[in-house]
Amino acid sequence: MLEIKNLVVQIEDKRILNGLNLTVNKGEVAAIMGPNGSGKSTLSYVIAGKEDYEILDGEILLDGENLLEMEPDQRAAAGVFLAFQYPLEIPGVASMTFLKAAINAQRKARGEDELTTPDFIKRVNAAATQLEIPKDMLKRALNVGFSGGEKKRMEILQMALLQPSFCILDETDSGLDIDALRIVSEGVNALRSPDRAFLVITHYQRLLNHIVPDTVHVMHGGRIVRSGGKELALELEANGYADYRESEAA
Amino acid sequence: MPAVQETIDQVRLIDVDQYKYGFETEVEMEKAPKGLSEDVIRFISGKKGEPEWMLQWRLDAYKRWLTMNEPNWARVSYDKIDYNDIYYYAAPKMNPSPKSLDEVDPEILKTYEKLGIPLREQEILAGVEPQNRVAVDAVFDSVSVATTFKEELAKAGVIFMPISEAIREYPDLVRQYLGTVVPVTDNFFATLNSAVFTDGSFVYIPPGVRCPMELSTYFRINEKNTGQFERTLIIADKGSYVSYLEGCTAPKRDENQLHAAVVELIALDDAEIKYSTVQNWYPGDAEGRGGIYNFVTKRGDCRGKNSVITWTQVETGSAITWKYPSCILRGDNSRGEFYSIAVSNGKQQVDSGTKMIHLGKNTTSRIISKGIAAGKSENTYRGLVSAHRKATGARNFTNCDSLLIGNQCGAHTVPYIESKNATAVFEHEATTSKISEDQMFYCQQRGLSDEEATALIVNGFVKDVLQQLPMEFAVEAQKLISISLEGSVG
Amino acid sequence: MADVTLMKTPAETALVQAFESAKTALPGDGESRAQAFEHFAQQGLPHRRVEEFKYTDLRALLREVAPFAGTPSAEEAKAALAGAKALAGVDALQVPFVNGHFVRDAVDFHALPENVEIVPLAEALANGHDWLAKLSPVKWANDNPVYQLNTSFMADGVMIRIAGPVEAPVHLRFVTSATSAVATATRILVVVEEGASVTLLETHESTDGANHQPNDVVELIAGDRTNVQHVRVNAEGNKALALSTLAAKIGGEALFNSINVTAGAATSRHQVFAILDGENTNLRVNGTTMLKGTQHGDSTLVVEHAAPHCESRELFKTVIDNEATGVFQGKIIVPHHAQKTDGRMMSAALLLEEGGAMNNKPELEIFADDVQCAHGATCGQLDEDLLFYLMARGLPKKEAESLLVQAFLGEALEFVENEAVRESLVGTVEGWLKARA
Repeated sequence: MLEIKNLVVQIEDKRILNGLNLTVNKGEVAAIMGPNGSGKSTLSYVIAGKEDYEILDGEILLDGENLLEMEPDQRAAAGVFLAFQYPLEIPGVASMTFLKAAINAQRKARGEDELTTPDFIKRVNAAATQLEIPKDMLKRALNVGFSGGEKKRMEILQMALLQPSFCILDETDSGLDIDALRIVSEGVNALRSPDRAFLVITHYQRLLNHIVPDTVHVMHGGRIVRSGGKELALELEANGYADYRESEAA
Repeated sequence: MPAVQETIDQVRLIDVDQYKYGFETEVEMEKAPKGLSEDVIRFISGKKGEPEWMLQWRLDAYKRWLTMNEPNWARVSYDKIDYNDIYYYAAPKMNPSPKSLDEVDPEILKTYEKLGIPLREQEILAGVEPQNRVAVDAVFDSVSVATTFKEELAKAGVIFMPISEAIREYPDLVRQYLGTVVPVTDNFFATLNSAVFTDGSFVYIPPGVRCPMELSTYFRINEKNTGQFERTLIIADKGSYVSYLEGCTAPKRDENQLHAAVVELIALDDAEIKYSTVQNWYPGDAEGRGGIYNFVTKRGDCRGKNSVITWTQVETGSAITWKYPSCILRGDNSRGEFYSIAVSNGKQQVDSGTKMIHLGKNTTSRIISKGIAAGKSENTYRGLVSAHRKATGARNFTNCDSLLIGNQCGAHTVPYIESKNATAVFEHEATTSKISEDQMFYCQQRGLSDEEATALIVNGFVKDVLQQLPMEFAVEAQKLISISLEGSVG
Repeated sequence: MADVTLMKTPAETALVQAFESAKTALPGDGESRAQAFEHFAQQGLPHRRVEEFKYTDLRALLREVAPFAGTPSAEEAKAALAGAKALAGVDALQVPFVNGHFVRDAVDFHALPENVEIVPLAEALANGHDWLAKLSPVKWANDNPVYQLNTSFMADGVMIRIAGPVEAPVHLRFVTSATSAVATATRILVVVEEGASVTLLETHESTDGANHQPNDVVELIAGDRTNVQHVRVNAEGNKALALSTLAAKIGGEALFNSINVTAGAATSRHQVFAILDGENTNLRVNGTTMLKGTQHGDSTLVVEHAAPHCESRELFKTVIDNEATGVFQGKIIVPHHAQKTDGRMMSAALLLEEGGAMNNKPELEIFADDVQCAHGATCGQLDEDLLFYLMARGLPKKEAESLLVQAFLGEALEFVENEAVRESLVGTVEGWLKARA
């Protein structure tokens, strides 16, 4: 599904990713853990195609297609979805307007017909109910004045509506209380399917109690330094990242 | 907060008639004939022992000035100035260019003592840590009477001397830079200054040198009917740093006196200049009689890449202030900053602000202006921020706040924001408000008097800017602000 | 006549000649015209050294003076109005003008809505009318050369009295259908009596390709406790030099909302002079300006809080594409006695491409101490993080830009109360963006 080979990335002359290799298979939920500053968020931005990053080497393939040659919107249409750590506020654009514009843009890019308004509303309502998002929130400008938890739920709502094949959750647990964490995780778990892969980026193990991963990768110094099953997350929770820092110093 | 307590004490101690620098010094003076003519310019140039090119420069400026009109766009009004009723040169008779302090008229030394400006190096050295030392150039009417720490600075390669001396000793350096930031033809007052300037400071910091101490010039107008036309030129060569302070006072008189200065700053690659002013010229009395007309042109040129120029000003004095310290951001990645507190009371008129001209790529500027109007004064912020076509990535942030105390004064904001580059991002915000009743009540409920509460709140209002000043200056400035607002409450 | 000798440019000379030859033919008392023209002639066309015209140099922009348009025939007028499109779908009382002349046949004077009274201006000027004394209610306009030119040359217009609540909007529809360049000078006076309310629509359309020179003035006197909603649309032809003025004097405890939407004309300048003349009044003046190509759009605003306890909000949004130039000059004046004034003015501009320019000059002139006034000005590009967010959700770049621009401009349109009008304005914005893509 997703293959990253020897990815080297810098920003303003500072090397962030340093020959990173990673494979995520169809249906797999992969977790990436690592200390602050290890390059986790950079990885998510680079997959989604944010400017500002200079790709020095390597490739990112989604189902064999090179993502690095695509614009962010083309990547989205190809199935990449990034749930932002800090979702942006867009004053003046109602959430509904935004959702409809995004769905139809992707459908158009894939050569599908646009959704009819009743069909669209039906889908939004279904997803909103599941994520416990009140209707009036959808009428407000996107993310403007939303609480941290509301913003994250809005991200998952978008994921549910856009039906991407590869989902990245960037620190989705940050700023969530326990109830919000439960709602968001249930939303994500409901989307797990044999055709869809997830990359869950997190600093803490807590989220992985709710979204149980198939594989866990430890990121440090801009590359994957260790991979294993879900038990690796527990080990990290117990021992912290100190081992990895020392190994760097040595 | 001890500084606040100090301010409060000051406010309490001082009488309604607050200006404490208003005394006169009895010194015998030599003056040029009254009025302006080619002969007077030749007289000044001769007194300074200037080379021919300098005289010619002055005469050209004078010819140009005769064709110019006094600007009238500022929000200030005053009776027409008779430029032939002013003395353009006045110097103490005893020794107009003393070699050491022993040659300086003791009356003048006493003056500076009274003003709290130390001129004797030994005395300064006695109680001050080396890093807190300040070198002083003391300008009395038209001449510099003393410059301290010259030798020590020379060891670091720093040139710090009266500009009249620099014209004689470093003519090439002066000629290379003089008039390159503020051209002779720049504006009416700058052109006048170019023709008749008498003294001021010259500073050159060689490449890579961090000036070992603060430099400062203390300007004193003493003589009646005399204009002061100082000229300051500061050059920070590649990778150097200098912090420069300027202070000004004058005696109380019923007549207005003209002060038309020009200051030019040049920062080459990676150099930084901090220029701070505490301007406390005599503001006139409560009825608007007397006071200094402070019409000055100050401009810095960030000529080299990564250069930085910071203007900080605390303006409490002068009957009229017309002053716009500006930055030309020519070098890529250069930065200009302007921090200003302008306090007006009585019948003072202030029209001040800055210009940030973005020419180079990724240039940034920041403007923080705090205007406080009290009494029957008028206080205007006037500023220009512009990005030219090639100023890709230019950034400006401007914040100007005005505070009114009493309802017989005026506070005005006139910003010009011009962008010719789509990648330039300019943000400007301005507010006008009064000290809120809730704030006052809260302070009073905790036991502060009206005046104390005002001082406290005003100090909070200007804090952002005060923080930019060197420590000792900040304390001085804070006192000054409270004194200036004395009698404005209630 | 004094000082005519000061005139320099051919356009200024042409204006003198035009006035000399027209003054006897123009309706009504020639004295006030002559006085206004003399004032104008003393200064001439304002240029960049005149502070208020620093960014819109009329001396440079107005090279040739177009002839003043004659009265159209009934057929011409009918055809012109049939082709009018601005705010077309909105149900309103139509008060149409073609080539600067009131089309009185198009108004059924016997069946005017309740509380509406209309007097043709040309007639009133020729025969005298009580309401004429109410013209020029705002002192700030009198020194303005654009206003003075209108006073000198005004040939037609209407005076409208609103005596009570009026349901359907009153739509002042201006159409210039001449195929060669013409100048027009219309004057509208609207008097809204105490407690009355009305929605005023104003649309300006003209033929493309001709250097039309409309100069229109709308004057409003709104009494205490009035509610006036005013929407103006500039859909002038692509070569027009359009000058316009709104002069409003508002009484106490009143509401006045005005928005100007500029999409047309090669060069436009819309001036608003407003005086808040009674306590507890609420004023909102907004602007939405869309510029492309080499268009030049100027919004100039003076708001005087002449009474205490008033609130004013000014919000101007400008989008600049290609090599267009935007101008915003706004001034809030608060005299000594206007305590408890709350005034906020904001101008925000987006530059979409290299080559555009924006000039902002937001001013505060405050003499009262117990006030809260603020202004802000920003200019810059679309936020790149927002663009990325939208693109990461699958929107192509142009579409993402359009959505953000629409949201940006929409903020200034939100306050239009009449839903049909607001939707029509949103449609104008969408149309502009579509033409861009």
